[in-house]
Amino acid sequence: MGAGCNCNCQPEVDKKIESLISQHRGNPNDLIVVMAGIQEALGYLPKDLMIKVAEELCVPLTDVYGVATFYAAFSLRPRGRHSINLCLGTACYVKGAPEIQAELEKQLKIKPGDTTEDRRFSFDVVRCLGACGIAPVMTIDGEVHPRMTPDKVAEVLAKYE
Amino acid sequence: MTFQELEQLRITAKEALAARLGGAPADEYKYHVLVCGGTGCHSSGCQAVADALEKAIEDNGLKNSIKLVQTGCIGACQLGPVVMVYPGAYHYCNVKPEDISDIVNDHLKNDKFVERLCYKNDKGELQPTVPEMDFFKKQLKIALRNCGLIDPVSFEEYVAVDGFAALAKVLKDMTPQQVIDEVKNAGLRGRGGAGFPTGLKWQFMANEKADQKYVICNGDEGDPGAFMDNAVLTGDPFSVIEAMTICGYATGASKGYAYIRLEYPLAIKNFKKALEIAREKGMLGNNILGTDFSFDIEIREGAGAFVCGEETALMASTEGRRGEPRPRPPFPAASGLYNKPSNINNVETWANICPIINKGADWYAGIGVGKSKGTKVFALAGKVVNSGLVEVPLGITLREVVEEIGGGIAGGKKFKAAQTGGPSGGCIPAEHFDTSLDYETLASLGSIVGSGGLIVIDEDNCMVDLAKFYLGFTQDESCGKCTPCRIGTKRMLEIMERITKGLGREGDIELLEEMAAMIKQSALCGLGQTAPNPILSTLKYYRAEYEAHIKDKVCPAGICKIRGAKKTTS
Repeated sequence: MGAGCNCNCQPEVDKKIESLISQHRGNPNDLIVVMAGIQEALGYLPKDLMIKVAEELCVPLTDVYGVATFYAAFSLRPRGRHSINLCLGTACYVKGAPEIQAELEKQLKIKPGDTTEDRRFSFDVVRCLGACGIAPVMTIDGEVHPRMTPDKVAEVLAKYE
Repeated sequence: MTFQELEQLRITAKEALAARLGGAPADEYKYHVLVCGGTGCHSSGCQAVADALEKAIEDNGLKNSIKLVQTGCIGACQLGPVVMVYPGAYHYCNVKPEDISDIVNDHLKNDKFVERLCYKNDKGELQPTVPEMDFFKKQLKIALRNCGLIDPVSFEEYVAVDGFAALAKVLKDMTPQQVIDEVKNAGLRGRGGAGFPTGLKWQFMANEKADQKYVICNGDEGDPGAFMDNAVLTGDPFSVIEAMTICGYATGASKGYAYIRLEYPLAIKNFKKALEIAREKGMLGNNILGTDFSFDIEIREGAGAFVCGEETALMASTEGRRGEPRPRPPFPAASGLYNKPSNINNVETWANICPIINKGADWYAGIGVGKSKGTKVFALAGKVVNSGLVEVPLGITLREVVEEIGGGIAGGKKFKAAQTGGPSGGCIPAEHFDTSLDYETLASLGSIVGSGGLIVIDEDNCMVDLAKFYLGFTQDESCGKCTPCRIGTKRMLEIMERITKGLGREGDIELLEEMAAMIKQSALCGLGQTAPNPILSTLKYYRAEYEAHIKDKVCPAGICKIRGAKKTTS
């Protein structure tokens, strides 16, 4: 899977990342901005790019790694084609989000933070998406699925290939 | 833009908005149709409704007589997607694309409102307009005054509702000290949670001498169950921009940062757009409104860490580092972002500034109770009939909010508790249902106003499980820098997990209490210092539930999966 990171098959993405890094060259304060850009373009932070960012922005590599592992937005591993976020905010929690989590774990056969073997789904839990009125909520690729129940899970997942 | 041009624009903009502001519609539009575009309504499919409306208006040849606007959050998220029709403030609930033809044919073409889409309360009483709806009756909107009323990214509409009037007033007629005094006298306290007097914070920063100072907007709303900052940033971004600029003038700062969490893409999008427009119109940048005052704002997107809501952690994150707090002093007012004097306020705090400048400190201080002035936005959610955002004068009772605004407990269940203040807060039990919602009273009950999460809990919820949930959250979100928070919360969570599995031991409660006291005293920042609060507060009011888990190995609410336990009713 490592070959997918900075591979030649996505020249536009490479170019975009290249220009992002050069825009912030020598400016350690922009570390998160640059890493967020890479995360957005590739879905994760490949090791070789982290080394490059460290060099270009003049930040110690340990700090780059420290930031990458600190924030929920960053992933060190390639993500699935579809990204599931289950809200575990209080409103969702008291209205049954734990049962939906159990059902997702059962159907996907992974725990939060992991990606299915076929890379179809990545699954994460998040804290409050700000849509408490229609709890419990889960999103797939940003699309919101309100008032979830365990028996709706299979039907919703089937929509994403 | 000059002062004069702004005032000129205001006259025409007000005319164009008269239908919504209660006046006689002076513009060419007979009806203004508003589609709520808050996060809640977006999630329930308001985009399809808006698209269907647009098409129907076009198809019926009404384009020149109907103004269609997508607003920010109107408030009643449970009832979304919401469509409003002005004049009259008709509030249509749970609107589906197939309902559009009725709204167009009956209301827009034949001036008859569509009864079946209007709100009916539990007694079956029809309440078709906003002033009639129980949900809005006891509310007083200051921070949310423009949310759900205007197009969030229309400069003209913002100007029509007195936008940039406060900025013009301070630049023209007030000295920086007068601005600070106004905020001080209003008695506004920080709405992010701690409740520190805002004017005093501004004064500290103004007193510092430095070549560069910063104004920061804390939009890293991370409390599970609170979403008012999201609503303001999405629904009324100009008001935050204007308030930050006023603060820049009052405290001598020329640069602002708006730190917004990445989980709020709509908020980031609207705020960005509003920044561009404000710059273009000369409300940001060099020589604002033709004066010699210059100020600009940059967005910093959060990368997903609850601790970044803490001010020193937020500044570290803005500088591109791990969001770890540092000991205070020095306070940000003396040494903050890039070691320069900095002033941080929460989004909702910012949203209160312009009305205070426009209407005066006395007006604001006249609302509320005791030392808790003004209004507070609560994110009402959980087991309540009408959840959503409610803004009420401080001092209103919990009962009024839950029963009158929220419509009571869903499904006829019994009210058990209200959890306020999120993971830093505590529970208010049923015997204090008539308590006043203000900073001092909630503190005396062992809870806090916090950022305004208000989760209603009914008899089906287990308080031990809920306390475990909050502790799990803070444990997860602990930055790990200080030992009490990193290890202390982990050990407490282990005990809580044992208890909820039916493996609790004699002495666990005492151990929890001892550890809670130590963590509160010794943690580095607010996250750790308040992490034990949900445990302490549930122990105070629901000790018997803990004992049932530990001694009798039963979960009275039947939530915890205790092996071999019988489900009992409490």
